[in-house]
Amino acid sequence: MSKKVLMQGNEAVVEGAIAAGMRFYAGYPITPSTEIAEQSSVRLPQVGGTFIQMEDEISSMAAVIGAAVTGAKAMTATSGPGFSLKQENIGYACITEIPCVIVDVQRSGPSTGLPTSPSQGDVMQARWGTHGDHPVIAISPASVSECYFLAIRCFNLSEKYRTPVILLMDEIVGHLREGVEIPDHLDIEVVDRRLHTDKGHMPYEADEKGVPGWHLCGIGRYNITGLSHDVSGFPTNSNEVTDKLVRRLMGKIQNNADDIIEVQEEYLDDAETVVLCYGGTTRAAMSAVLEARAAGYKVGMFRPITVWPFPEKRLKEISSGKKVKRIIVAEHNFGQIVLEAERIVKNDCKIDFIGKVDGTVITPGEILEKIKEAE
Amino acid sequence: MPSKLIEKYIREDHLPHIWCPGCGHGILMRDVAEAVSELDLDQEKVFLISGIGCSSRAAGYMDFNTLHTTHGRAIAFAEGVKLARPDLNVLVIAGDGDIAAIGGNHLIHAARRNIDITVVVFNNDIYGMTGGQFSPTTPTGDFATTAPYGNIDRPFDIAKLAEASGATYTARGTAYHAQLTIKLIKEGILHRGFSLIECASVCPTYYGRKNKKGGSVELMTWQKDNCVLSEKAAKMTKEELEGKLVIGKLSETDLPEYTDEYKKIIDKARGYHG
Ligand SMILES: Cc1ncc(C[n+]2csc(CCOP(=O)(O)OP(=O)(O)O)c2C)c(N)n1
Ligand code: SF4
Repeated sequence: MSKKVLMQGNEAVVEGAIAAGMRFYAGYPITPSTEIAEQSSVRLPQVGGTFIQMEDEISSMAAVIGAAVTGAKAMTATSGPGFSLKQENIGYACITEIPCVIVDVQRSGPSTGLPTSPSQGDVMQARWGTHGDHPVIAISPASVSECYFLAIRCFNLSEKYRTPVILLMDEIVGHLREGVEIPDHLDIEVVDRRLHTDKGHMPYEADEKGVPGWHLCGIGRYNITGLSHDVSGFPTNSNEVTDKLVRRLMGKIQNNADDIIEVQEEYLDDAETVVLCYGGTTRAAMSAVLEARAAGYKVGMFRPITVWPFPEKRLKEISSGKKVKRIIVAEHNFGQIVLEAERIVKNDCKIDFIGKVDGTVITPGEILEKIKEAE
Repeated sequence: MPSKLIEKYIREDHLPHIWCPGCGHGILMRDVAEAVSELDLDQEKVFLISGIGCSSRAAGYMDFNTLHTTHGRAIAFAEGVKLARPDLNVLVIAGDGDIAAIGGNHLIHAARRNIDITVVVFNNDIYGMTGGQFSPTTPTGDFATTAPYGNIDRPFDIAKLAEASGATYTARGTAYHAQLTIKLIKEGILHRGFSLIECASVCPTYYGRKNKKGGSVELMTWQKDNCVLSEKAAKMTKEELEGKLVIGKLSETDLPEYTDEYKKIIDKARGYHG
């Protein structure tokens, strides 16, 4: 039986994560993500899981990976400053292919910035925060209900592709309260990492998707290292093996982009102007689009739910369509996703940008004004 | 013919190791293997975690579940492993830079929690892997590639730091005193709570050369001639102990262990919602 519950976005993340099988959380408090730690400390022991408050975000990320290595589904949550501290170990999880979920409830930066104000300034950090070429999945919810369901999706994707997945939230959504229709747990699809069934398999031998199977901890003895390694999991100095490894890591996300990417599209059939938004900004964009359409403007909305990998193919189809004359990118930063849009759209149509860095939210009115500007 | 110990606990197909001739780390790795062997631990239930450094490469050579992590973070990874699987024997091998510089914060907090992990520090008083820079245990006045005029930093006593932070078993061994070191590692593994065995290693390549203290033999002879057992040291004056290294068991107390305490939290939380 499903039930409707009033929840805060941060709380919904914890409930979704537990529904997906989260049994370990390590974190360090930071606004506006702290409720995720608090709620995890209440809920995890109730389901036989473990919560630990670590001494910093570096150790939180390390403990999450340590727990995940033993097979647990593990998560940590933070905001900008802490997200920066986690980066080295996120890279470790990428190259060792340890599934885990990192929640970043973005706040205004740089540095301590405006700690309680909304921002989407970590989008590029989510993509390139850790050094070296590495695969990334980042998903951005726009409502409390999505916090619940996309937290589940983050775990499922991280298990399926054996990679860290980032739930890229913002203060707007993290602190929002809305009703969530929580389904019966039997109706929730939960994906678990594919197990190697026999001891003969090499630990990093990948399937056709590019994803290696998982060895249960305590059955056989394996080595995991952040050094470049071959299929046996042991370090190598070989340029050829390294090339193969990095290409497989990138490929397992790129080649499965259609499975990983989710988008939301509204009124694109007749749209001449398309508002491109994501996460918390979606809410203002949607009201602006509805208001503009009521006033007769041919405007639609395109929203990457999966921000990384970016829905490149779909955006190109939209921008190269005959009707679309203009794309308005709205985001709470100085211009991050707009760079992606420019790279993909090229000369297909005009790109306008609404960016805010003062810690206030983009209002429907500001987007509406931009929509009307062109006419 | 390799010994039975090597055959069972060392991944021979991953040798030769990267260590220099005369490095103390190999002796200490053997001591860890010997301790596990004498305790007859189930190899598949031993989880060995290391950081980054010459010492941390031991993880790749030892036939357990092994996790070679990031510089300084071995203990934090180990805490995740132990909390998720309290039934495992969790060991950490790390260098002095790993454990007392970049990873110092994790050391003191894991010790404070008294989580059941055994940390074996391979302390060579220098950064070996990066080529001989001074570490938090390099004695004042010694030389290193980043202390060309002599080190003005004061060194940490890692065992004392761990004890002060809450570790419930601390000890010191050396590469020279193998039998003692094996005994201490065994005691650390058997101890329920956070245990740390600081082991004086030798780095002839950088520490020995930079400080004109000779090669491996001379450095190990120093250990032979200048170590005092903790029982004996307890009866000596500060002056008598000047320039000496105290070895043996340094502290042991019996206090609640972290995963045991967390288990009680789970029972409590489940009871409320039973
Ligand atoms: C974050 C980070 N900083 C610096 C390094 C470079 N680094 C690798 S090992 C090491 C120090 C090694 O010294 P120690 O831990 O004492 O071990 P040893 O090599 O002497 O056994 C350093 C500074 C690194 N790998 N990662
Ligand atoms: S550099 Fe020093 S610590 Fe590293 S392997 Fe050589 S002797 Fe050992």
